[in-house]
Amino acid sequence: MTVTKKRKWGALAAVGVLAIAFAWLIYGGLDSNVVYFLTPKELAAKGEKGYDVPVRLGGQVKPGSVKWDDKTLDLQFRVTDGASEIAVRSKGAPPQMFKDGMGVVVEGRYGRDGVFQSTSLMVKHSNEYKAPAKGERPAEMYKSLMKGSGA
Amino acid sequence: MTRLLASNAVLVGLVITALGAILIPVAIRRGRRDWLMLGYAAVYTNFVLITVATLALVWGLVSHDFSISYVAQVGSRATPLLYTIISLWGALEGSIVFWAWVLGMYAAAVVWFNRKREGNLVPYAAFTLLLVALFFHILLIGPANPFLLVAQVLPDGPGPNPLLQNHILMAVHPPLLYLGYVGMTVPFAFAMGAMFSGEVASDDWMRLTRRWTLSAWGFLTAAIIAGMWWSYEVLGWGGYWAWDPVENASFIPWLTCTAYLHSAMVQERRGMLKLWNLNLMVGTFVLTMLGTFLTRSGIISSVHAFTQGTIGFYFLTFIAIVLLATLAMVAGNSDKLGSTGKLDAAFSRETVFLLNNLFLTVFMFTVLIGTLFPLVAELVRGVKVSVGEPFFNRMTLPLMVALLFLLGVGPALPWKRAPGPELKAKLLPGVILGILGGAAGLLAGARSPYAILAFTFVGFSGAVNIGEFVSGANARVRAHGEAWLVALSRLVSGNRRRYGGYTAHLGIVLVALGVTASGTFKTEREATLKPGETITLAGHTVRLKEVWGREEKQRQVIGATMEVMDGERVIGTVEPRMNYYPTSQQPVPTPQVRSSLTGDLYLNLMAFKQDGSNATVKVIWEPFVSWIWFGGFVICIGSIIGILPARKRSGVAASAPASVRKAAAALPERQP
Repeated sequence: MTVTKKRKWGALAAVGVLAIAFAWLIYGGLDSNVVYFLTPKELAAKGEKGYDVPVRLGGQVKPGSVKWDDKTLDLQFRVTDGASEIAVRSKGAPPQMFKDGMGVVVEGRYGRDGVFQSTSLMVKHSNEYKAPAKGERPAEMYKSLMKGSGA
Repeated sequence: MTRLLASNAVLVGLVITALGAILIPVAIRRGRRDWLMLGYAAVYTNFVLITVATLALVWGLVSHDFSISYVAQVGSRATPLLYTIISLWGALEGSIVFWAWVLGMYAAAVVWFNRKREGNLVPYAAFTLLLVALFFHILLIGPANPFLLVAQVLPDGPGPNPLLQNHILMAVHPPLLYLGYVGMTVPFAFAMGAMFSGEVASDDWMRLTRRWTLSAWGFLTAAIIAGMWWSYEVLGWGGYWAWDPVENASFIPWLTCTAYLHSAMVQERRGMLKLWNLNLMVGTFVLTMLGTFLTRSGIISSVHAFTQGTIGFYFLTFIAIVLLATLAMVAGNSDKLGSTGKLDAAFSRETVFLLNNLFLTVFMFTVLIGTLFPLVAELVRGVKVSVGEPFFNRMTLPLMVALLFLLGVGPALPWKRAPGPELKAKLLPGVILGILGGAAGLLAGARSPYAILAFTFVGFSGAVNIGEFVSGANARVRAHGEAWLVALSRLVSGNRRRYGGYTAHLGIVLVALGVTASGTFKTEREATLKPGETITLAGHTVRLKEVWGREEKQRQVIGATMEVMDGERVIGTVEPRMNYYPTSQQPVPTPQVRSSLTGDLYLNLMAFKQDGSNATVKVIWEPFVSWIWFGGFVICIGSIIGILPARKRSGVAASAPASVRKAAAALPERQP
């Protein structure tokens, strides 16, 4: 083998080792950091494995379940997919117009006490044009706040 | 009328682009220069036609011509004029029109400036540009046609997506991104041209496109920073980067292009990395297409994904064709791509560039895999997953810190040889400032090793890069007796590429400082306040004055007037708001930021009682955030320095006395 050829093989081997190390790191990183997107039914079906791992829980806000304390900033509600439901607790104000039956995605961990502790709360809303129903226009809902037309 | 004009312009543009793409290879094969000029004329004509189509669409928007499908989709009489104009890129079809226009402009300009060059490189580059333009024309008559006839013309439309008409940065971020993204097509086309024409052994494809690549890179950098800023100012979470797929899509090609800017210098000076550079540039282009596919196909839900149409299929097909074609071309040219130089010293600037490329490439693959993994997982295993910040932070923080370190090492090392005793003097200020930086971070309360390392390397790399300016200017003062500032400006204008690069380095250092400080020391609090009540965070006190509402032309606004206090004195007011657009049930949060050099006080209105008796506000204190935006600005200055033509030296040298000329000749070799 000539010197240059030896060099070539050496370089290829180095690249190979690096690539394997990189793949192993990525695999480890993904393995421990992937967040599953689950519905309440899927989360309940996970049993033991569903506790204390990061999860994105998606479903609807169960009508009548929202409790919000604006002093302690404690927000509680239940997320349902029709089949199962899970109690969710989060800290911080709910999005304005947080309503019964609206689609939500909460990220957090399901505790062994049966409560899903949410660290972030996202509302799913469609971008399709829907004119607000009568009385639901902000200008009507918050009439007492309106200062009249601005700029 | 407008609609017919525009859609015919697109159609004729498609035909002319196709004809040009057929004509150019024929002209090359037959050696017909006159036919070739006709092919170039197709490039210019296409630019004129796509300009007509773009202007017609803007006119349609401005004149509220709701018979045009795109206008019916995003237009509204209530939207202010500026936002009406910029809704050109507010939805899928318009954004493709704008893309095609930017591409047409770049293609016409780069072909025009290089039209006289002999050889087949430029013709084949023009051919490649026409093929890319053809793809976008196909999109415009197919899945992204903005000029369809609306059957039932309504008197008014819904207006643009609320998120896209809530902040002025919407007028800034998208055009910058297009100029950056589409700009990568130029070096790609020349790389392809080099391979088609067999001119890969020379560096001409890189030299001819150096300024184009650098400006595309500068635009892309500015676009990424502006996107971060938009996210910060509009989304209300007080952050600017979340490793969201759309952010990654803009960042991935930036990484490969940054690697290219460095490795191109290794090829030009040392004749190495020829194959690698071709791959980097082709890869950068493919990654811009992949990014467009990710953001525009609707495969990832975001404000960038407009529809769930068939456009994704077109993009995937195009990406596959480009990959196959480039693989074949690279393989066909591989015998010409051997290195003419070799690595002479293990510890030289080349080595740092190689490490820089290695880290940037690994960085790119990490972000790419993390971004694509959810798609693959869903496709293969049918599970919905997301890869969040923990993955990206864990994988990329070591890389970022290492790159920040290299950014200070590289400029201190000489080309081709191991450093001599001068290295100590070059590094000493850096080491001192690095220790100070790390200590400052530690004292301020940073405990994460990455944060402490980052503060250290901010000091180190900042000092080394500044040191290059200082020592260069000092040498000129000694040699020419110039005033220091004159010496500095002549130093920079005499070697723009080098000092533009160091300026960009300093910008990166500033961004790193802002990111590390704001990430490490950010604190936030949320509270429900009655008018007159205060909340204090990190020594900053704000008081709720009142909650109010206002009706504006295109929206309704609820706001909270917050007073920033210094003891009992009111030193400023901030008005976070919620904007209600008629198209969306959810209000758009509109946080307000009180910015200073040491940090931002970020206020967001979270909730309020219907009668205004209280409001829940989130207060965030984020140190040094504005340094990120300023750093981005400095990076852009760096690219502008690198792009401007070099100062003509002959005039100065000839008029200078002989002794000065001799002294100038004695100066160390100029390095790019």
